[in-house]
Order: sequence, then structure tokens, then C-alpha cells
Amino acid sequence: MSERFSVALAGLRDTIPLTVGTTPFAVIFGTLVVSAGLPPEMALALSTIVFAGSAQFISISLISGGAALPVIWLTTFVINLRHALYSATVQPVTKAWPLPWRVLGAFWLTDECFAVFERRLQTVGERDALPYYLGSTISFYLNWVGWTAVGAYLGNRIPGVATLGLDFAMIATFAAMIAPQLKALTPVAVAATAGSVAWIAQGLPYKLGLMLAALAGVAVGVVLDCFRRRLAAKEAA
Amino acid sequence: MTDTLWLAILGMFVATYMVRASFIVFGQKLRFPPAVVQALSHVPVAVLTAIVVPEAIAPGGQPDLSWTNPYLVGTLVAGLVAWKTRRILMAVLVSFIVFGAMRWLG
Repeated sequence: MSERFSVALAGLRDTIPLTVGTTPFAVIFGTLVVSAGLPPEMALALSTIVFAGSAQFISISLISGGAALPVIWLTTFVINLRHALYSATVQPVTKAWPLPWRVLGAFWLTDECFAVFERRLQTVGERDALPYYLGSTISFYLNWVGWTAVGAYLGNRIPGVATLGLDFAMIATFAAMIAPQLKALTPVAVAATAGSVAWIAQGLPYKLGLMLAALAGVAVGVVLDCFRRRLAAKEAA
Repeated sequence: MTDTLWLAILGMFVATYMVRASFIVFGQKLRFPPAVVQALSHVPVAVLTAIVVPEAIAPGGQPDLSWTNPYLVGTLVAGLVAWKTRRILMAVLVSFIVFGAMRWLG
């Protein structure tokens, strides 16, 4: 077994907890697409081509809610903006990689694999970073795509899957992602604003209320940040 | 699959890949102004809340602010467990049990 291959296997192994943790979501996603009345190929196409869990889930609720294409694209962009931070973080390491591997490697950059890769860089360093990253990301990707297919297949087979309330999985996951951050005034105000505006504006066509609510929430966050900076400046003076 | 669905996927691919490739492929020529970075830090909470609130309060389109709305109660449970424990997967699991119990028993 070559050195590189065993490093790739180490990458695969270190990613297993996260691969396993996301498996239920892949299955639910595949099933959800079918239960939303969309073709099962849609599930597979999204997991294979877009490969971004939260954006995939949101797109299903947007598409079945009659959202306009630009709203779907913009929401995807906004949801995924955090990846720019990951991209910037790994850049000093990936700049040594040949361009084709950088182009492909960027496609596989997810929250989970970033976390694993970042840890490897901090513990072992940059040695054999490429095979490690590929072992981690490719196994994670294949698992996500494979279980999406299983979910879509099950969705097609199980009668009445649309009435099971699988859409709740997405809502619960998002609520669980937001809640731990609601421990300071600013995020609470951001969430309260975005939630209220989303509620009031939900009658707007093409799901435009979502964009409006997100914008209002961010605006409140920016204003509060400004206030805090002013206060801090005053205290320092 | 209709053309609209393929267009949706294509645009989503571009929107996702551009962000991931930003620094890895295009290098250090990119810079975010600090004000933008700070504004971006509010985006996840704002977007996710904007998605969750209408779906939890009015799952079928009709507002239902009662304790018999499994979406609303389930969402609150998920949020509460995650807030307390910071364990997302467990929060989802617990809320799913509550949600399921309300759906099938209620």
C-alpha cells in the first residue's frame, strides 16, 4: 500500500463520525424531494451537482413554495457564504496543489470536511495534506450521494410518504443550529427581526419575504454592532 | 425533470461553487472588507430564522399558534434542547420524537 493511499485512508477514517452523522439527513433529503412531489432524479442531481446540505433542503421548500429562480439562487449563495471563510482558511495550504486538484477540491469543501481538515493541519501539519483531504472529502461525498439515492428510492416506494411530515426534519435542524447562538443581545435581536418580518411578509410572491426578512435581520445586526462600537469608543475616551 | 428544475440546480451549483472556490482557486487577490465580514456574521441566524418561523407557525399555510401544532411545539423543543446542550443531532432526535408522538397520537 502506497504512502499516499494510507494517508487518504486516514482522511476517510477521521471523517467517519461526520459521515455517519449526516447519513440520516441524506436519506431524509432524498425522501423529502419525492414527498414534495418532485422527481427522484432531482434529489440525486442536487446532491451530486450542488452538494450543500442546508441549501439543498431549503431549495426544496422554496421550489415547492413557488419561489422565483433568482430567489432560489440568491438564498443558496447567502446560505453558503460561510464557505468563503473556509476557503480563505485553507488557501495557504491548497496553494501548493496543482490547479486541477484545487478546482476539484474546492467543490468538495463542506462544513464537515473543513472541520476534519483543519484539525489535521493543526495536529499533523501540511504534510500529505492533499491525499488526506481527498480521502476525507471523496468518501464524504460518495456517502452523501449514495444515501440520497436510497432516500429517493424509499420515497418512491413508501406509500403516503408525503404525509409523514419529513419537512419537519429541516425545520428542527435549523432551529437547533440557531438556538445555541441566541445567548447575546445582538443575535437575539437579529433572529427576532428576521422571524417577525418573515411572518408578516410571507404572503409576498416568489418567497420574496425570505429575502426581505434576512435583509432586515442583518440590518438590525449591523446597527447594533455600530452602537456597540460607539459605546466602546466613548468608554475608551 | 423540467428545464426550470435544471436551471435551478445549475444556478445553485454556480452560487455554491463560486463561494467555495473563491480563495482556493482564485487565490489571495480576494479581500473582504471588515465591515462586510461583520455583516456576514449575522446572515446564518437571519436566514435560518426567516425560514423556520413561518414553517413552524403556519405549516399548512394556516397560522396555528396552539399547543396542538406539532411543527410549532417540535421546533421549540429542538431549539430548547440545542440551546441547553449544544448537541444538534440530539436536539433533532428529541424534537422528532415529540413531533412524531403529537402527529400519531394527537
